[in-house]
Amino acid sequence: MTMGDAAKPARLRPWLAGLHFQDKARNCALLVVPPLITIGLLLLLWQLLCSQPGAALPPPSKVINDTWELISDPFFDNGGTDVGLFWQILASLKRVSIGFSLAAACGVALGVLIGQSSFAYRGLDPIFQVLRTVPPLAWLPISLAAFKDSNPSAIFVIFITAIWPIILNTAVGIRQIPDDYRNVARVLRLNAFEYFTKIMLPASVPYMFTGLRIGVGLSWLAIVAAEMLVGGVGIGFFIWDGWNSSLLSEIILALIYVGIIGFLLDRIIGFVGRLIAGRPI
Amino acid sequence: MHGYLTIEQVGKSFDTQSGKFTALSNVSLEIEKGEFIVIIGHSGCGKSTLLNIVAGLSRATTGAVLLDGAVVDEPGPDRAVVFQNHSLLPWLSAYANVRLAVDKVFGKSKSSAERDEWTKHNLGLVHMNHALHKKPDELSGGMRQRVGIARALAMQPKILLLDEPFGALDALTRAHLQDTVMEIHQATKSTTIMITHDVDEAVLLADRIVMMTNGPAATIGDICSVGLDRPRRRLEAADTQEYARCRKQVLQFLYERHAKAA
Repeated sequence: MTMGDAAKPARLRPWLAGLHFQDKARNCALLVVPPLITIGLLLLLWQLLCSQPGAALPPPSKVINDTWELISDPFFDNGGTDVGLFWQILASLKRVSIGFSLAAACGVALGVLIGQSSFAYRGLDPIFQVLRTVPPLAWLPISLAAFKDSNPSAIFVIFITAIWPIILNTAVGIRQIPDDYRNVARVLRLNAFEYFTKIMLPASVPYMFTGLRIGVGLSWLAIVAAEMLVGGVGIGFFIWDGWNSSLLSEIILALIYVGIIGFLLDRIIGFVGRLIAGRPI
Repeated sequence: MHGYLTIEQVGKSFDTQSGKFTALSNVSLEIEKGEFIVIIGHSGCGKSTLLNIVAGLSRATTGAVLLDGAVVDEPGPDRAVVFQNHSLLPWLSAYANVRLAVDKVFGKSKSSAERDEWTKHNLGLVHMNHALHKKPDELSGGMRQRVGIARALAMQPKILLLDEPFGALDALTRAHLQDTVMEIHQATKSTTIMITHDVDEAVLLADRIVMMTNGPAATIGDICSVGLDRPRRRLEAADTQEYARCRKQVLQFLYERHAKAA
């Protein structure tokens, strides 16, 4: 009996390959059921722990009760920073998309430069290695001083946070291009432009997108912190405002939204990467 | 009187930390148009270095290579290389890999329809018409190598350079590919240099087998002309005295005169 069990996983795969509808439903259930169970258990644990008298944090039932207005109507707009969660998140996403796009463009360009040229690599890599360890928020005072405005400063913090993994991964992607591909290009006498578009880009796209995925994750991490400090509409300031008004339930709701959006951003970049590379990355 | 390809006193040395290392020295060889040359030798004897010099991928330290009267000093599509590990671009289909080469070499001289036709023709020569739109990782090792050969042929090179193309393949696949290479050579009369470490492969395919001595400072130790009629069939050829003689000559060279401690 034990031997039969050990052999099972190996046999399962080819068996799953020839799918009927029932098998498909079963497959789907295999994917969906385990996370549902763990989420249910965690909620139950949270409910039990925070229902006791004197608990510092609200249990999930209270969170939903307190924030039902926010959940049911994400689109209200009472002016100022008193707007629905949809607008809060949209404001944050706007800042991230501007900062991240700039970081992607500059990061890929710099990555190609230090990946291609040993001179540029030796010159710039030490600087990058030092700068990339500076925490995102440490840039904020400097950018506030430079831009004299909160919104561009927040965007700059996103930019400077996201750019390092993009540069470094792109450079690795360029440097790992096998000599064989270079030799093919040399035998075919591809010119610099053809080499760039036909060999270098497709060969390093998976690495670039690894950098872009890490970058988008970091920018989403940084935006919340940056917005807490610069204020205005945005999910970060919403959380800070919640803390100042002791609305813990709203903070918890915002955290859940932040997590889900971060997850979606990561998946979107991954999906675009697969689309462009034409293969899994 | 010079041959089609002339390798003249070619030597190659590298600067290493422990001083100068001479990989090749004094290699001279004349190759006639349409000839099939197989270079054989123990690993590390500089066979690939020699092929890379002919390809123009690396420069000779001394001496020169002339192809059809012109000095070889850079790589180009007139010396198409089939690399040991196929080196197909993994994001392109079999067709697109060959088409890339065709577009580059015939982009100005052939119309788009002609280039499409020529791409398919060359994939047909290696019996790969059934898998035009498969990516390299969906193909077996032998099929990838076939596409690599098609890509090289499609450049219509003056000389075809095969760098141990079947080294990573199993014996049966290897035999099939050898047959294909013989068919192609018969059909196109392409001048070919192939590197191998397989004695039977050398005798079956070659007009002349060039045997390299062990490095450092490797050079040509002996040359064996294979007097078998073409087209050759592996079973019939293997029964002939000439086959046995050539095989013995190569084996003696490799394992008696230039044996290498493993």
